[in-house]
Amino acid sequence: MITEGVWPLPQYSTGCPDAGTSGEFMDVEVMLRVDGTEHRLVVDTRTTLLDALRERLGITSPKKGCDHGQCGACTVLLDGRRAVSCLALAVAHQGAEIVSAEGLASGDQLHPLQKAFVEHDAFQCGYCTPGQICSAAGMLDEVAAGWPSVVTDDLDADEIVLDDDEIRERMSGNLCRCAAYANIVPAIAEVAR
Amino acid sequence: MRPFRYERATDVPGAIALLAGEPNAAFLGAGTNLVDHMRLGIATPDLLIDVRTLTSDRIEELPDGGVRIGAAVPNSDAAADRLIRRRYPVLAEAILSGASGQLRNFATTGGNLLQRTRCAYFQDLTTPCNKREPGSGCSMREGHQRDAAILGASEACVATHPSDMAVAMAALGAVVHVQGPDGERTIPLTEFHRLPGSEPERDTVLERGELITAVDLPPLDFAGHSRYRKTRDRASYAFALVSVAAALDVVDGSVRDVRLALGGVAHKPWRAARAEEALRGAPATETSFRAAAGAELADARPLPGNAFKVPLARNAIARTLLDLAEEQR
Repeated sequence: MITEGVWPLPQYSTGCPDAGTSGEFMDVEVMLRVDGTEHRLVVDTRTTLLDALRERLGITSPKKGCDHGQCGACTVLLDGRRAVSCLALAVAHQGAEIVSAEGLASGDQLHPLQKAFVEHDAFQCGYCTPGQICSAAGMLDEVAAGWPSVVTDDLDADEIVLDDDEIRERMSGNLCRCAAYANIVPAIAEVAR
Repeated sequence: MRPFRYERATDVPGAIALLAGEPNAAFLGAGTNLVDHMRLGIATPDLLIDVRTLTSDRIEELPDGGVRIGAAVPNSDAAADRLIRRRYPVLAEAILSGASGQLRNFATTGGNLLQRTRCAYFQDLTTPCNKREPGSGCSMREGHQRDAAILGASEACVATHPSDMAVAMAALGAVVHVQGPDGERTIPLTEFHRLPGSEPERDTVLERGELITAVDLPPLDFAGHSRYRKTRDRASYAFALVSVAAALDVVDGSVRDVRLALGGVAHKPWRAARAEEALRGAPATETSFRAAAGAELADARPLPGNAFKVPLARNAIARTLLDLAEEQR
């Protein structure tokens, strides 16, 4: 399915006081594949992937927490890797393949991580949860690829033993202000088993 | 964020030529630091020239046994690379100590070297900062000094360089390849970043229009015995208060050779040449390690708010070297 972005560009506020007059906006067309669907849209060059997803495409599972790459709430899988979408400019990721937490599920069938988060009560308010789940999905792929972390005893090991310390270290880019960590760690550990 | 144009060159010379004709343009790598600075209003380029995919994204072995890391190699890939894990574990550990998995997956090798200080005043447009606005003053000198430098600072600036990767590269004697309007040149990593002096707005010796294309790690046979130790306010995902990158070669209980660099203490990755000098030929004991650390830190000039960094650095150096000596016993 291909959905077309609205052309010409509707009034689009970046929420930035010094955005200037509309004549200063620099518009570019970008194509993004999000959760398997191709989207073509025209964006101001300042638009981040996060804003393109949320404000333009209505994909609101990636959350805007800090908007500085510090909290991880906006984490998506970008071309197969976990990334903070708030620091990525949409224009710089022409043709990117993006998977959000919504896209991890297949229809009504929850992704194992989503199921484990529910079963382990691994959230309270839920705001950081889509980012946590995308991050965990990307992290498990990194472990499967044999990538070490800074707490891995043998840096050159072929196989990573994903214990709780490893999970905490590898997930440290995802903050949870409700501090549901005590349940997030076992939820991820269960899926890793 | 100020409006800007975005362009993508087809190759490195094209990107350099494009920038040469644009007084207020900037190269864009992964943008993990630059995009944030543009949002904060610290950087206000009117043109971004995307170079993320222009330089090499490969890690290759050099004929002399060294390793070349392309400037576009993401931090994650460098840390996961088998050659680097085996030959230069200090570098893999340093990279893995920095940022988060999400950031490392995109942040590039070249961009890591060019990231700017996380000094809170530099990042706060409402406060004076000589690095951001030359001549406006240094707020950290009179303010919250916990993150300030203890070595090589100036009246104008007490900011520290935030990179972990660069500290390991400084210890390893890495060489930075750059390309600019006048051709290519190489810069030893230890000379790539500057001390602040009276021009803290200049982080590096790069001239306008120069682009990092690769970083070479020279062969170092004992770098298999190397480590990165980072002390910080949280167990993970925080910048260093003090960090130590070290490689140690112990033969018959004596230090045959050593490489040592410190992070979190200066405006640049601090190669501890004085400590290295003191250690060569000395017994590989805690006494020698502490004495060498003391020699390096003799010129430390802490502020009241960061005086703890001096003993912290001394202890971190001694502990790191002791660990390396232990594993060779």
